[in-house]
Amino acid sequence: MIFEVFRQEKKGQPFAHAGSIEAPDGAFADAWAREQYGRRGESEALWLVPRVAVREVHDFPDEFDLKYRRVDGYSLKVRLKEARERAGTNPSRAR
Amino acid sequence: MNDEAEFLEYVQAGGLVETGDWMPDEYRARLVKFIEMHGNSELMGVLPEREWILRAPTLQRKLALTAKVQDEVGHAQLIFGVVEDLGKPRAQCLADLVTGKAKFHNVFHYPTHTWGDVGVIAWLVDAAAIVSQKALLKCSYAPYARIMKKICWEESFHILHGRDVVLALVTGTDAQHELVQEALDRWWGPLMQFHGHPIPAGEDPMVVWRIKSQGNEEARQQFLDGYVPQVWELGLTLPDPELRRRDDGVWEYTEPDWDELRAVVTGGGPCTQDRLDLRRRFLEQEAWVREAVLA
Repeated sequence: MIFEVFRQEKKGQPFAHAGSIEAPDGAFADAWAREQYGRRGESEALWLVPRVAVREVHDFPDEFDLKYRRVDGYSLKVRLKEARERAGTNPSRAR
Repeated sequence: MNDEAEFLEYVQAGGLVETGDWMPDEYRARLVKFIEMHGNSELMGVLPEREWILRAPTLQRKLALTAKVQDEVGHAQLIFGVVEDLGKPRAQCLADLVTGKAKFHNVFHYPTHTWGDVGVIAWLVDAAAIVSQKALLKCSYAPYARIMKKICWEESFHILHGRDVVLALVTGTDAQHELVQEALDRWWGPLMQFHGHPIPAGEDPMVVWRIKSQGNEEARQQFLDGYVPQVWELGLTLPDPELRRRDDGVWEYTEPDWDELRAVVTGGGPCTQDRLDLRRRFLEQEAWVREAVLA
Protein backbone atom coordinates (compact mmCIF):
# COMPACT_ATOMS: atom_id res chain seq x y z
CA MET A 1 0.00 0.00 0.00
CA ILE A 2 1.19 3.48 -0.75
CA PHE A 3 0.56 6.19 1.81
CA GLU A 4 0.82 9.89 1.11
CA VAL A 5 2.53 11.67 3.98
CA PHE A 6 1.60 15.18 5.05
CA ARG A 7 3.96 16.91 7.43
CA GLN A 8 3.37 19.74 9.86
CA GLU A 9 6.66 21.41 10.57
CA LYS A 10 5.62 23.52 13.55
CA LYS A 11 2.49 23.73 15.66
CA GLY A 12 -0.16 25.83 13.97
CA GLN A 13 1.28 25.46 10.48
CA PRO A 14 -0.58 23.77 7.64
CA PHE A 15 0.10 20.13 6.84
CA ALA A 16 2.00 20.03 3.56
CA HIS A 17 2.60 17.04 1.35
CA ALA A 18 6.03 15.61 2.20
CA GLY A 19 6.20 12.52 0.02
CA SER A 20 4.93 8.97 -0.01
CA ILE A 21 5.93 5.69 1.55
CA GLU A 22 5.10 2.11 0.74
CA ALA A 23 4.09 -0.12 3.63
CA PRO A 24 2.08 -3.33 4.03
CA ASP A 25 -0.34 -1.78 6.55
CA GLY A 26 -1.02 1.21 8.77
CA ALA A 27 1.20 0.08 11.65
CA PHE A 28 4.24 -0.33 9.41
CA ALA A 29 3.37 2.93 7.69
CA ASP A 30 3.41 4.76 11.05
CA ALA A 31 6.79 3.32 11.96
CA TRP A 32 8.38 4.05 8.60
CA ALA A 33 6.91 7.53 8.31
CA ARG A 34 8.31 8.30 11.77
CA GLU A 35 11.78 7.27 10.57
CA GLN A 36 11.56 8.91 7.16
CA TYR A 37 9.97 12.22 8.15
CA GLY A 38 10.53 12.72 11.86
CA ARG A 39 13.81 11.35 13.07
CA ARG A 40 15.56 14.73 13.19
CA GLY A 41 12.73 16.47 14.99
CA GLU A 42 11.74 18.16 11.75
CA SER A 43 8.04 17.45 12.21
CA GLU A 44 5.41 18.36 14.76
CA ALA A 45 2.93 15.83 13.39
CA LEU A 46 2.29 13.67 10.33
CA TRP A 47 -0.89 12.68 8.50
CA LEU A 48 -0.78 9.40 6.63
CA VAL A 49 -3.41 8.88 3.97
CA PRO A 50 -3.73 5.78 1.79
CA ARG A 51 -3.12 6.97 -1.77
CA VAL A 52 -6.31 5.24 -2.93
CA ALA A 53 -8.29 7.51 -0.58
CA VAL A 54 -6.98 10.69 -2.19
CA ARG A 55 -9.45 12.27 -4.59
CA GLU A 56 -7.97 14.56 -7.19
CA VAL A 57 -9.62 17.56 -8.79
CA HIS A 58 -7.82 19.34 -11.59
CA ASP A 59 -9.95 21.55 -13.79
CA PHE A 60 -11.50 24.77 -12.65
CA PRO A 61 -13.46 26.13 -15.61
CA ASP A 62 -14.79 29.67 -15.44
CA GLU A 63 -16.95 29.80 -18.58
CA PHE A 64 -18.78 32.94 -17.53
CA ASP A 65 -15.63 34.80 -16.50
CA LEU A 66 -16.96 35.58 -13.04
CA LYS A 67 -14.70 38.51 -12.33
CA TYR A 68 -16.62 39.70 -9.27
CA ARG A 69 -15.02 36.79 -7.37
CA ARG A 70 -11.54 38.10 -7.99
CA VAL A 71 -9.62 41.25 -7.13
CA ASP A 72 -9.19 42.06 -10.82
CA GLY A 73 -12.99 42.30 -11.01
CA TYR A 74 -12.96 45.61 -9.17
CA SER A 75 -11.52 48.63 -10.95
CA LEU A 76 -11.94 51.50 -8.51
CA LYS A 77 -9.71 54.03 -10.20
CA VAL A 78 -12.19 55.94 -12.35
CA ARG A 79 -14.95 56.02 -9.76
CA LEU A 80 -12.56 57.01 -6.99
CA LYS A 81 -11.33 59.95 -9.06
CA GLU A 82 -14.87 61.07 -9.68
CA ALA A 83 -15.80 60.74 -6.01
CA ARG A 84 -12.78 62.79 -4.93
CA GLU A 85 -13.54 65.52 -7.43
CA ARG A 86 -17.08 65.71 -6.17
CA ALA A 87 -15.91 65.83 -2.52
CA GLY A 88 -13.21 68.37 -3.39
CA THR A 89 -10.48 66.39 -1.57
CA ASN A 90 -6.84 66.54 -2.63
CA PRO A 91 -6.02 63.45 -4.66
CA SER A 92 -2.28 63.67 -3.89
CA ARG A 93 -2.94 63.40 -0.15
CA ALA A 94 -5.95 61.14 -0.12
CA ARG A 95 -5.36 57.50 -1.08
CA MET B 1 -1.11 18.16 -24.07
CA ASN B 2 -0.20 15.06 -26.06
CA ASP B 3 2.35 16.33 -28.55
CA GLU B 4 6.09 15.86 -28.10
CA ALA B 5 7.12 19.20 -29.59
CA GLU B 6 4.62 21.05 -27.43
CA PHE B 7 5.79 19.13 -24.34
CA LEU B 8 9.43 19.97 -25.06
CA GLU B 9 8.60 23.64 -25.42
CA TYR B 10 6.64 23.47 -22.17
CA VAL B 11 9.45 21.93 -20.08
CA GLN B 12 12.09 24.15 -21.65
CA ALA B 13 10.06 27.19 -20.66
CA GLY B 14 10.17 25.99 -17.04
CA GLY B 15 6.97 23.89 -17.07
CA LEU B 16 6.65 21.19 -14.42
CA VAL B 17 5.35 17.68 -14.96
CA GLU B 18 3.40 15.50 -12.51
CA THR B 19 3.10 11.71 -12.45
CA GLY B 20 -0.36 11.56 -14.03
CA ASP B 21 0.41 14.04 -16.82
CA TRP B 22 0.93 12.91 -20.39
CA MET B 23 4.64 12.70 -21.25
CA PRO B 24 6.58 11.49 -24.30
CA ASP B 25 7.93 7.92 -24.06
CA GLU B 26 11.49 9.17 -24.41
CA TYR B 27 11.08 11.57 -21.50
CA ARG B 28 9.65 8.81 -19.30
CA ALA B 29 12.38 6.35 -20.31
CA ARG B 30 15.14 8.86 -19.59
CA LEU B 31 13.61 9.75 -16.24
CA VAL B 32 13.36 6.09 -15.22
CA LYS B 33 16.94 5.32 -16.23
CA PHE B 34 18.41 8.37 -14.53
CA ILE B 35 16.36 8.24 -11.33
CA GLU B 36 16.83 4.48 -11.03
CA MET B 37 20.61 4.95 -11.25
CA HIS B 38 20.36 7.59 -8.55
CA GLY B 39 18.43 5.15 -6.31
CA ASN B 40 20.93 2.38 -7.02
CA SER B 41 23.78 4.71 -6.10
CA GLU B 42 22.21 5.61 -2.77
CA LEU B 43 21.75 1.93 -2.00
CA MET B 44 25.20 0.81 -3.17
CA GLY B 45 26.84 3.91 -1.71
CA VAL B 46 26.24 2.74 1.83
CA LEU B 47 28.29 -0.41 1.36
CA PRO B 48 31.76 1.21 1.47
CA GLU B 49 30.70 3.06 4.62
CA ARG B 50 28.96 0.08 6.18
CA GLU B 51 32.35 -1.65 6.18
CA TRP B 52 33.52 0.95 8.71
CA ILE B 53 30.66 0.93 11.19
CA LEU B 54 32.33 -1.78 13.27
CA ARG B 55 35.75 -0.15 12.90
CA ALA B 56 34.81 3.47 13.62
CA PRO B 57 37.32 5.04 16.04
CA THR B 58 34.83 6.26 18.67
CA LEU B 59 31.24 5.55 19.68
CA GLN B 60 30.23 9.03 18.48
CA ARG B 61 31.68 8.35 15.04
CA LYS B 62 30.04 4.93 14.92
CA LEU B 63 26.63 6.45 15.63
CA ALA B 64 27.12 9.28 13.13
CA LEU B 65 28.19 6.85 10.43
CA THR B 66 25.23 4.57 11.16
CA ALA B 67 22.92 7.58 10.89
CA LYS B 68 24.45 8.48 7.53
CA VAL B 69 23.90 4.94 6.28
CA GLN B 70 20.28 5.12 7.43
CA ASP B 71 19.85 8.45 5.61
CA GLU B 72 21.22 7.06 2.35
CA VAL B 73 19.01 3.95 2.48
CA GLY B 74 16.08 6.27 3.20
CA HIS B 75 16.99 8.26 0.07
CA ALA B 76 17.01 5.04 -1.94
CA GLN B 77 13.49 4.26 -0.66
CA LEU B 78 12.18 7.69 -1.66
CA ILE B 79 13.84 7.53 -5.05
CA PHE B 80 12.65 4.01 -5.88
CA GLY B 81 9.14 5.21 -4.98
CA VAL B 82 9.43 7.87 -7.70
CA VAL B 83 10.63 5.27 -10.21
CA GLU B 84 7.77 2.97 -9.24
CA ASP B 85 5.23 5.74 -9.90
CA LEU B 86 6.78 6.14 -13.36
CA GLY B 87 6.01 2.51 -14.09
CA LYS B 88 9.00 0.42 -13.06
CA PRO B 89 8.38 -1.68 -9.92
CA ARG B 90 10.94 -1.56 -7.11
CA ALA B 91 11.45 -5.34 -7.24
CA GLN B 92 12.44 -5.00 -10.88
CA CYS B 93 14.88 -2.18 -10.05
CA LEU B 94 16.53 -4.35 -7.40
CA ALA B 95 16.66 -7.35 -9.71
CA ASP B 96 18.28 -5.27 -12.46
CA LEU B 97 20.76 -3.90 -9.95
CA VAL B 98 21.98 -7.23 -8.59
CA THR B 99 22.21 -8.82 -12.03
CA GLY B 100 24.43 -5.93 -13.14
CA LYS B 101 21.96 -4.75 -15.78
CA ALA B 102 21.46 -1.35 -14.13
CA LYS B 103 24.29 1.01 -13.26
CA PHE B 104 25.36 2.91 -10.16
CA HIS B 105 27.77 5.81 -9.71
CA ASN B 106 31.49 5.23 -10.28
CA VAL B 107 32.60 6.33 -6.81
CA PHE B 108 30.82 3.42 -5.13
CA HIS B 109 32.86 0.77 -6.93
CA TYR B 110 36.08 1.45 -4.99
CA PRO B 111 37.51 0.04 -1.76
CA THR B 112 37.89 1.94 1.50
CA HIS B 113 41.36 1.29 2.87
CA THR B 114 41.42 3.42 6.01
CA TRP B 115 39.31 5.71 8.16
CA GLY B 116 40.78 8.49 6.02
CA ASP B 117 38.75 7.18 3.08
CA VAL B 118 35.59 7.36 5.18
CA GLY B 119 36.23 11.05 5.88
CA VAL B 120 37.06 11.85 2.27
CA ILE B 121 33.96 10.01 1.02
CA ALA B 122 31.58 11.74 3.42
CA TRP B 123 33.13 15.13 2.72
CA LEU B 124 34.03 15.17 -0.96
CA VAL B 125 31.96 12.41 -2.55
CA ASP B 126 28.89 13.82 -0.82
CA ALA B 127 29.96 17.34 -1.85
CA ALA B 128 30.21 16.27 -5.50
CA ALA B 129 26.82 14.57 -5.18
CA ILE B 130 25.16 17.57 -3.58
CA VAL B 131 26.26 19.76 -6.51
CA SER B 132 24.30 17.45 -8.84
CA GLN B 133 21.41 17.05 -6.46
CA LYS B 134 20.97 20.78 -5.84
CA ALA B 135 20.66 21.22 -9.61
CA LEU B 136 17.92 18.55 -9.57
CA LEU B 137 15.79 20.77 -7.33
CA LYS B 138 14.92 22.48 -10.63
CA CYS B 139 14.10 19.24 -12.47
CA SER B 140 11.10 19.45 -14.81
CA TYR B 141 9.69 16.28 -13.22
CA ALA B 142 8.21 17.74 -10.05
CA PRO B 143 7.89 14.60 -7.86
CA TYR B 144 11.65 14.03 -8.22
CA ALA B 145 12.47 17.68 -7.54
CA ARG B 146 10.31 17.59 -4.41
CA ILE B 147 12.08 14.65 -2.76
CA MET B 148 15.43 16.28 -3.60
CA LYS B 149 14.71 18.96 -1.01
CA LYS B 150 14.78 16.43 1.80
CA ILE B 151 17.75 14.61 0.28
CA CYS B 152 19.86 17.78 -0.04
CA TRP B 153 18.97 18.75 3.52
CA GLU B 154 20.27 15.41 4.81
CA GLU B 155 23.37 15.46 2.61
CA SER B 156 24.39 18.70 4.29
CA PHE B 157 24.81 16.78 7.59
CA HIS B 158 26.99 14.24 5.80
CA ILE B 159 29.35 16.88 4.48
CA LEU B 160 29.68 18.30 8.00
CA HIS B 161 30.32 14.83 9.38
CA GLY B 162 32.96 14.18 6.70
CA ARG B 163 34.64 17.51 7.17
CA ASP B 164 34.73 16.96 10.92
CA VAL B 165 36.37 13.54 10.45
CA VAL B 166 38.93 15.07 8.09
CA LEU B 167 39.65 18.00 10.43
CA ALA B 168 40.13 15.64 13.37
CA LEU B 169 42.69 13.69 11.34
CA VAL B 170 44.59 16.66 9.93
CA THR B 171 44.92 18.17 13.40
CA GLY B 172 46.13 14.83 14.79
CA THR B 173 49.45 13.05 14.45
CA ASP B 174 51.51 13.10 11.26
CA ALA B 175 50.36 9.55 10.59
CA GLN B 176 46.71 10.63 10.83
CA HIS B 177 47.35 13.59 8.53
CA GLU B 178 48.92 11.14 6.11
CA LEU B 179 45.78 8.95 6.16
CA VAL B 180 43.78 11.85 4.69
CA GLN B 181 46.43 12.68 2.11
CA GLU B 182 46.59 9.07 0.94
CA ALA B 183 42.81 8.84 0.73
CA LEU B 184 42.66 12.07 -1.29
CA ASP B 185 45.26 10.71 -3.69
CA ARG B 186 43.14 7.59 -4.18
CA TRP B 187 39.80 9.40 -4.56
CA TRP B 188 40.80 12.34 -6.74
CA GLY B 189 40.64 10.43 -10.03
CA PRO B 190 37.15 9.00 -9.41
CA LEU B 191 35.97 12.39 -8.07
CA MET B 192 37.08 14.13 -11.27
CA GLN B 193 35.22 11.51 -13.32
CA PHE B 194 32.09 11.74 -11.17
CA HIS B 195 30.23 14.45 -13.10
CA GLY B 196 30.83 12.74 -16.43
CA HIS B 197 32.07 13.78 -19.86
CA PRO B 198 31.99 17.50 -20.58
CA ILE B 199 29.13 17.17 -23.10
CA PRO B 200 27.95 20.67 -24.08
CA ALA B 201 24.70 21.34 -22.18
CA GLY B 202 22.83 22.03 -25.43
CA GLU B 203 23.67 18.55 -26.72
CA ASP B 204 22.89 16.71 -23.50
CA PRO B 205 19.39 15.25 -23.84
CA MET B 206 19.05 15.31 -20.05
CA VAL B 207 19.51 19.07 -20.09
CA VAL B 208 17.34 19.49 -23.20
CA TRP B 209 14.39 17.79 -21.42
CA ARG B 210 15.29 19.88 -18.36
CA ILE B 211 15.66 16.74 -16.25
CA LYS B 212 19.05 18.16 -15.32
CA SER B 213 19.36 21.91 -15.06
CA GLN B 214 23.11 22.10 -15.58
CA GLY B 215 25.68 20.48 -17.83
CA ASN B 216 28.33 18.07 -16.56
CA GLU B 217 31.22 20.48 -16.84
CA GLU B 218 29.30 23.22 -15.07
CA ALA B 219 28.77 20.81 -12.16
CA ARG B 220 32.45 19.85 -12.06
CA GLN B 221 33.53 23.50 -12.11
CA GLN B 222 31.16 24.26 -9.25
CA PHE B 223 32.58 21.35 -7.26
CA LEU B 224 36.18 22.43 -7.90
CA ASP B 225 35.46 26.05 -7.06
CA GLY B 226 33.73 25.14 -3.83
CA TYR B 227 36.04 22.47 -2.49
CA VAL B 228 39.58 22.66 -3.88
CA PRO B 229 40.34 25.80 -1.81
CA GLN B 230 38.97 23.99 1.27
CA VAL B 231 41.33 21.08 0.62
CA TRP B 232 44.35 23.29 0.01
CA GLU B 233 43.83 25.40 3.12
CA LEU B 234 44.36 22.28 5.25
CA GLY B 235 47.86 21.82 3.84
CA LEU B 236 46.69 18.87 1.74
CA THR B 237 47.56 18.43 -1.90
CA LEU B 238 45.65 17.07 -4.87
CA PRO B 239 47.40 14.69 -7.27
CA ASP B 240 47.02 16.83 -10.39
CA PRO B 241 49.88 19.18 -11.35
CA GLU B 242 47.62 20.93 -13.90
CA LEU B 243 44.96 21.85 -11.36
CA ARG B 244 44.62 25.64 -11.07
CA ARG B 245 42.06 28.40 -11.09
CA ARG B 246 42.48 30.79 -13.99
CA ASP B 247 41.99 34.54 -13.57
CA ASP B 248 38.58 34.27 -15.23
CA GLY B 249 37.49 31.76 -12.56
CA VAL B 250 37.60 28.64 -14.73
CA TRP B 251 39.41 25.62 -13.29
CA GLU B 252 41.96 23.83 -15.43
CA TYR B 253 42.81 20.20 -14.78
CA THR B 254 44.24 17.09 -16.36
CA GLU B 255 41.70 15.25 -18.52
CA PRO B 256 39.96 12.67 -16.30
CA ASP B 257 40.45 9.03 -17.22
CA TRP B 258 37.26 8.35 -19.15
CA ASP B 259 38.31 4.78 -19.96
CA GLU B 260 38.48 4.04 -16.26
CA LEU B 261 35.03 5.58 -15.76
CA ARG B 262 33.52 3.41 -18.49
CA ALA B 263 35.19 0.25 -17.27
CA VAL B 264 34.10 0.89 -13.68
CA VAL B 265 30.43 1.69 -14.27
CA THR B 266 29.98 -1.22 -16.67
CA GLY B 267 30.90 -3.68 -13.93
CA GLY B 268 34.69 -3.63 -13.97
CA GLY B 269 35.42 -1.64 -10.82
CA PRO B 270 37.70 -3.06 -8.12
CA CYS B 271 34.75 -3.78 -5.78
CA THR B 272 31.83 -3.98 -8.23
CA GLN B 273 31.28 -7.72 -8.13
CA ASP B 274 31.86 -8.12 -4.37
CA ARG B 275 29.37 -5.41 -3.57
CA LEU B 276 26.77 -6.73 -6.01
CA ASP B 277 27.28 -10.22 -4.53
CA LEU B 278 26.63 -8.84 -1.05
CA ARG B 279 23.48 -7.02 -2.21
CA ARG B 280 22.27 -10.17 -3.97
CA ARG B 281 22.96 -12.35 -0.95
CA PHE B 282 20.97 -10.06 1.34
CA LEU B 283 18.14 -9.75 -1.15
CA GLU B 284 17.81 -13.55 -1.19
CA GLN B 285 18.50 -14.02 2.50
CA GLU B 286 15.78 -11.54 3.48
CA ALA B 287 13.14 -12.65 1.00
CA TRP B 288 11.30 -14.43 3.84
CA VAL B 289 10.92 -11.12 5.71
CA ARG B 290 9.19 -9.50 2.75
CA GLU B 291 6.99 -12.55 2.32
CA ALA B 292 6.08 -12.64 6.01
CA VAL B 293 5.26 -8.94 6.12
CA LEU B 294 3.17 -9.03 2.98
CA ALA B 295 1.37 -12.28 3.88
